[in-house]
Formats: sequence, structure tokens, C-alpha cells
Amino acid sequence: MSTEVTGVQYDSDYIKSFSKDRHEPEWFTDLRLKGLQWVEELPMPKPEKTRIIGWNFTEFEHQPSAKSFSSLEDLPAKIKQLVGQGDQSGNVLIQHNGAPAFRSLTKELEDKGVIFTDLATALKDHGDLIRKYYFTDAVKADENRLTALHAALVNSGTFLYVPKNVAVNVPIQTIYWQENPNAGFINHVIVVAEQGSSVTYVENYLSTEESGAPVANVITEVFVGDNAKVQFGSVDNFSENMTSYFNRRGRVENNGKLEWALGQMNEGNTISENLTDLIGEASAADIKAVSVGRGDQKQNFVNFIRHFGKHSESAMLIHGVQKDSANSIFNGKTKIEHGASKSDGEQTQRVLMLSDQARGDANPILLIEEDDVVAGHAASVGRVDPIQLFYLMSRGITKEDAQRLVIHGFLAPVVNQLPIEEVRAQLTEVIEGKVQ
Amino acid sequence: MSAPNLKIENLHVSIEDKEIVKGFNLEINGGEIHAIMGPNGTGKSTLASAIMGHPKYEITEGSVILDGQNILEMEVDERARAGLYLAMQYPSEISGVTNADFLRTAINARRGEGNEIPLMKFIKQLDKKMDLLDIDQEFAQRYLNEGFSGGEKKRNEILQLMMLEPKIAILDEIDSGLDIDALKVVAKGVNEMRSPEFGCLIITHYQRLLQYITPDKVHVMMQGRIVKSGGPELAQRLEEEGYDGLKAELGIVDEAEEQEV
Repeated sequence: MSTEVTGVQYDSDYIKSFSKDRHEPEWFTDLRLKGLQWVEELPMPKPEKTRIIGWNFTEFEHQPSAKSFSSLEDLPAKIKQLVGQGDQSGNVLIQHNGAPAFRSLTKELEDKGVIFTDLATALKDHGDLIRKYYFTDAVKADENRLTALHAALVNSGTFLYVPKNVAVNVPIQTIYWQENPNAGFINHVIVVAEQGSSVTYVENYLSTEESGAPVANVITEVFVGDNAKVQFGSVDNFSENMTSYFNRRGRVENNGKLEWALGQMNEGNTISENLTDLIGEASAADIKAVSVGRGDQKQNFVNFIRHFGKHSESAMLIHGVQKDSANSIFNGKTKIEHGASKSDGEQTQRVLMLSDQARGDANPILLIEEDDVVAGHAASVGRVDPIQLFYLMSRGITKEDAQRLVIHGFLAPVVNQLPIEEVRAQLTEVIEGKVQ
Repeated sequence: MSAPNLKIENLHVSIEDKEIVKGFNLEINGGEIHAIMGPNGTGKSTLASAIMGHPKYEITEGSVILDGQNILEMEVDERARAGLYLAMQYPSEISGVTNADFLRTAINARRGEGNEIPLMKFIKQLDKKMDLLDIDQEFAQRYLNEGFSGGEKKRNEILQLMMLEPKIAILDEIDSGLDIDALKVVAKGVNEMRSPEFGCLIITHYQRLLQYITPDKVHVMMQGRIVKSGGPELAQRLEEEGYDGLKAELGIVDEAEEQEV
């Protein structure tokens, strides 16, 4: 394994031809080429207290073969069971090895102007809209080597657009299914909720290939317009061999609200950065994220909320369980910028340690540059309370089950907030598998 | 089903090397309700917690036999499944676990794998008991004791008692902090449990609760052991005279190092 990768195995000729094959607009090809150049120039991201030297982010197969399905019935059970049923069904996009494998969007939503499709199709049909949101105000392509690499080699993605004043009452779901030992999954998600609209979006990431050394580089940009509301749920569940970079950003305008519910259940080494900018007056963000570290997995989670708008409000609740010799760093940052008066930012980070060999750090950071605000933080790292165990066991529950109950309870805030029952069940099952 | 029997013999309990319970003896049979009264700091709660197996308390001597089995050799959960129940003075709060899930897990732990309680049957039973205890339906879906008022916590302890149907229950200051209405509800629950298959030990500081649950035996505990036993009239006498009269009668002198436990 190389320790310092100076470039990628794909050159500008390859990128030009890849882009041409996909009939991408010229501006997009140009951004790819710029990205390739920045890969050479920019440093890797520097997650605090986590050494990522030696992690494979750059060596992968860029165009793995992919399957497609004409009906949900043809999907393997493991994927099919994730799809929302009944009144939570009808709007789903399934991507296999980065390529669209199945898509459905109800006519009702289509008629209202909702766009929900894979990135390649969106570039063809809605190029101007993509141009407005792709690597512009939320994430910049030249932030670091991994964002640059992403711009150069993006090969997967989803675009969800909800027009002004459209309330989407059924969840919109994407399932990213990776099944290749060496794939580089460079996935870009854009969610736009225009003024006065509302939508619930849920995504599942999972890999069914346990061998090899695949790579995930996921960038998500969420735009919440004036008076709009977005509920964004995710279950990240990539296998142990996969190295992941997740970068999720949100921008919230006047009176807008963005609610994140993230089940960060990757089995492999992961860097995750979640940043929400509260731009508008009375804008609000709520982030709930839970994770379970096990084996010798290393993870770094940054959750960051920046208040720019007056009367903006944020709440952050991060719960992590650490087992075996897993090592996770949790950095919670709340920044209230000058001018964001009457803002309120609260954060809580708790780490539950199940092993002496595990490591878990919860670092709360409050940066306040305005006087008239309210902000608070709580952070703790601890074990399962023996008195709680005593209480549960005194009702006849075995020690193992008592511990399981406490852990499930600890991770419940995100499980309960996921809007699709099937996804909730999946996360519960994933947690069950990890903590047993 | 035969009547249960709990026999506590010469029990000594220490906390951090300080002996709190000093040679405690008591036998409880199915169909009986016993009350232990006594001033603060005489080891009543320590006794209750130690019998259940609280990790903080160390039993240094003696035995506790439930239906012929020495429960002191069992883990806490095994004691519970053998038929012991402790209504705690300070129940734990468990975030994220609903009352209903918790209760069903506890019931199923007793019934064993393959014999789980059918969901509908569970819900019917729970509804019935909650009705009897004047508990709102939404209670079942609240997280276990989280944000409960003192009275709600006590009611929840009695609800669990009624759902789990143990052989022997110890109620540790179940009346503390309750107003008269809540006290009546708690007493109603306990009285509902009365049967030849159920024995109960009520630990209380005041005689008040015993107006609503008539005990068969009343024991006074001081300095870590029972110093006097009698019928319900003993509780009445304590209410009138306080503990000082009894101390004088028995020639008990307060030890300076006695402390609230």
C-alpha cells in the first residue's frame, strides 16, 4: 500500500473520453480536468487526531460493471427489503456500482415538477440546474485532495429537486449498492428544496462485497430555501474493507429547516464531515447521528454547524458506541458568527465504551463571535452504568440483553427519526449485528 | 402451585467495609405481607438491595433461601427469574427504551425462548393493569422512567410488579414522596396481588401506607437487625409514640456513626 499518493492512475485523456462517453456538458468536463490538476496540488484533508496515512482513497477501478433491473422484484432480497412499502413506496432510485439500476417516481410528483434522477441523467436533462448547485456554494472542489479527486472522477450521483411550494408527503429513497472488490465509488448527491417546499429524503449505502479494497468518496450538498424543510436520513453501511470519505453539507435560508438523521454504521475506516451553514434569519438545523465502532476500525466524525443568520437555531446530538479496539474521534463544533444575534446552538456528544481496548474522544468546540446568543455543550465518554444494568437484571433480563437494551436505547434517537419503516428495521438489524 | 417461602438467616451486609446489616433473620411465606419499619439509617434499604444483588453491597455472612434455593449464589437476573422482585426506591432511567419494550423483554426472559408472550395478550394485560393503577395509556410508549415524576416512577414499579407476578416482592419505600391519592393507587396494586402464591415485604418509614395495606406482621429494624416484631398494632403504636419510646423500652442507644444509607 502506498503511503503518499501524489496522483491518480487516471489521466486527462482518460477523463476527457469518460466525460465524452457520458455526453457531459463542457463546463462539467472542464471541472473534471481542473479537479485532476488540483489533486496534484492540494493536501489531503486533515482530520484532527486521526492518522489517515496509508488509507486507500485513490487506487480503485473507476468503471466497474453494473447491473440494472426492470422490476423491484428482480432485486436480491438484501436490497429489496430496504425499499419502502405501502404508503412509503413509489419513489426510489437504486444504484448498483455507481450506475442507475432502477428508478421510480410517482406521476403525481413528476407532474408537480419534482426531479429525482441519477446525476448523469440530470446533467443531460437539467444541466443548468446542476451547474447552479454542483460544487458552488456548499462544497468547493478545491478544498482538498479528496474533493478535487471527486470533481475529477465523479461516477455516480443523485439529483433531487423540489420546486417552490411543493410539499412532498412520501419519502424519497436512494439505495447505493456496491458489489465490487476494487470499485471507486465517487458519488455526488444534490438535494434542493426551493422556497416553501418540503421533502424527506432517505439514503442507504451498503456493500455486499467483502474482499478487495474499494473506496467511497461521497459528497452531499443540501440546499434548503426560504421557509423550506428537508429531513435527510441516511444509513451508511459499507463493509470492513471499504475506506470511506463522507462529506455532507447543508445550506439553510430564511426560516428554513434541515434535519439530519445519520446512522453511521460503516465497518471500514471512515472520515465523515457534516457541516451545516445557517445562512438565513431564523434558519434551523437539527443533527442526530449515531455510530458503532468495532474491530480495529478507525473513524473520525466532524459535526459542524455555523450560524450566520439572526435567530438561527441548532441542535446536535451525537451518540457513539465503541467496541473491541475501535478508535473514533468525535468533534462537535458550533460556531456563531458575528451578526448572528439571538441565535441558539446546543450540542451533546456521548460515547459509550464497551471495551478497554477501544478509544473514543468527544471534543466539544464552541466558537462564539456574537454577544447576544445562547450556546451550550455536553460531552461524555463512559461505560454502561452498572446501576442501570442492575435495575434491568432485577426484572429477570440477562446481562447480555440488559446491555443490548441500554445500547439500543442509546442509539434510538436516530433509529426513531428515520421515516421509512424498512430503513428503520434495517438500522436496528445492523445495530443488532454489531453490538451482539 | 405451592406457596413460596423466603428465609433470611443471620444476614450481614457491608458497604465499603462498613457493616450495615448485622445478623438479620426473617421468614416470609406465600399469602403473608410483612412490614419492616424503622428510623432512617438502620439498614432497611441496604437489606432490600443486598437481597436483590446490588453491586455496591457485599454480603459477608448468612443466607437467603427462596423455595429451598440459596439465591445468594445466583446472578441478579437469576434471582429475579427464581421469583424475587424489588420495587426500588430510586429506579434507574433508561433512555431510548420504552416501558412496553422493557416489560415485554422482562416477561419473555422469564418465559424463555420459544414461549414468548403473544403481543396481543401482552397489550391486553398491560392495558388492564395500567387501568387499575390509573396510568395513562401513553405511559407504555414513554422511555423507561425517563423524565418521570417521583409518583410516576413508584407507580411504574408497581405496574412492573403486577406484570411480572413474582413469588416474593420487596417494596423499598414505595410510599416515599407520594401524595395520598398516589398512595391509595399503589396500595390498590399491592392488595390486588394478595394471594397464597405471593409474599411481600414492605419497607417503610411511616405507618401511613399500612393504613391501606394491612400487614400480617410488623417488624422494627434498628442498628441492622430486627429488634421487635408484632402485628399491625405495633405500627399503630410507633405512629403514636415514635421510635424513641421503643428505643427506651429496649435500651437501645444511638450509635454516633449511624448514617443514612
